[in-house]
Amino acid sequence: MSQLTSTIDRDIVIEIGDVPVRVRTGDLAFLHLLEKRYTGFVNRRSCAEFDFDVDLTPPGDLGADDNVRVLQRSGRWSLERGDFHAEWDSASKSGNIRQSANPYSIDSILRIVHTLVLSKQGGFLVHAASAVRNGRAFLFAGVSGAGKTTIARLAPENATLLTDEISYVREQDGGYSAFGTPFTGELAKVGDNVCAPIAALYLLAKGPQNRIEPLAHAEAARALLANILFFAEDADLVKLVFASACEFVTRVPVYRLTFVPDTRVWEMIA
Amino acid sequence: MNNRRYVARSSDIAARRLGNEMMIMSGKDSTLFSLNEVATMIWEASDGLTTLDEIVEHKICQEFDVELPEALRDAEALAEALAEHGIFLLSDEPFQSSPSGKEQK
Repeated sequence: MSQLTSTIDRDIVIEIGDVPVRVRTGDLAFLHLLEKRYTGFVNRRSCAEFDFDVDLTPPGDLGADDNVRVLQRSGRWSLERGDFHAEWDSASKSGNIRQSANPYSIDSILRIVHTLVLSKQGGFLVHAASAVRNGRAFLFAGVSGAGKTTIARLAPENATLLTDEISYVREQDGGYSAFGTPFTGELAKVGDNVCAPIAALYLLAKGPQNRIEPLAHAEAARALLANILFFAEDADLVKLVFASACEFVTRVPVYRLTFVPDTRVWEMIA
Repeated sequence: MNNRRYVARSSDIAARRLGNEMMIMSGKDSTLFSLNEVATMIWEASDGLTTLDEIVEHKICQEFDVELPEALRDAEALAEALAEHGIFLLSDEPFQSSPSGKEQK
């Protein structure tokens, strides 16, 4: 019994975008850190779709290179940055991670894994805040400083925040849905773990007055591709992400939203 | 550039027409290209079996109000630029099969 309890206690299933990822560690302190970090996205009873074993290393043991490298060889993915090294076999859906006991490394690994998973499902992660209002999701994309956190902070009470930093998009039921994520920006508020069909994507720009302008498909695709998270140096995946972005802009209205940073901007979002 | 050269689309890319533009992304380095209407017509006609000057003469000059020498110069520049990025493949002979980006003929 004690052995069973011990085994259960060392697993955590982090479910983002309805994709459960089991993380196994022998370090209970790290496990508790993950439980706190992913509050709202932890599902202990869920069967996992992917499994990772974490081998903790002393801080600074893996080097200081900030560049992410994601490579595939014979179905085995290698995910590497100065603070982590992970291997992941796409066939067995399992892998291992070497990192120090901090939540930032595994946060990055989860983002990469989800981009790889989503690329084959017509979806992507995108630098965008998102929120659900009246049962429909709205995305607000832009680079750092464009206003993602600002628009999230200005959201009315009847809006449910999915994220103020990285939105999770997947093709679903003939349309596209946005899911809440624990990936936060300056707001440092974890999104709600809910999903809703996407009604529109807004490309953010701050300006002297509130204005919404529809974008042609080509311009929308260029802007969307510039904001999609993509790590892998893999031609097949590049093609998949490109196809997903082009398809998205033909099926979801895309606008440029120029806004004054006050609550009136949300009167235009419904 | 020799206009009798054959031009073909690389298979190491992803492409999609959106409105009047052809969006092309390199599979090698994720560079995004956007072709205007004329360039798109050349792109679509580049089947590896037709020479560039034939494309310009029979497609571009038929469709647009442009003189052949000027259109050829522009087409050459386009083909060479895209070939540098691995988007186009160029050959003095027709391509035998679907271009892979590795074999030029």
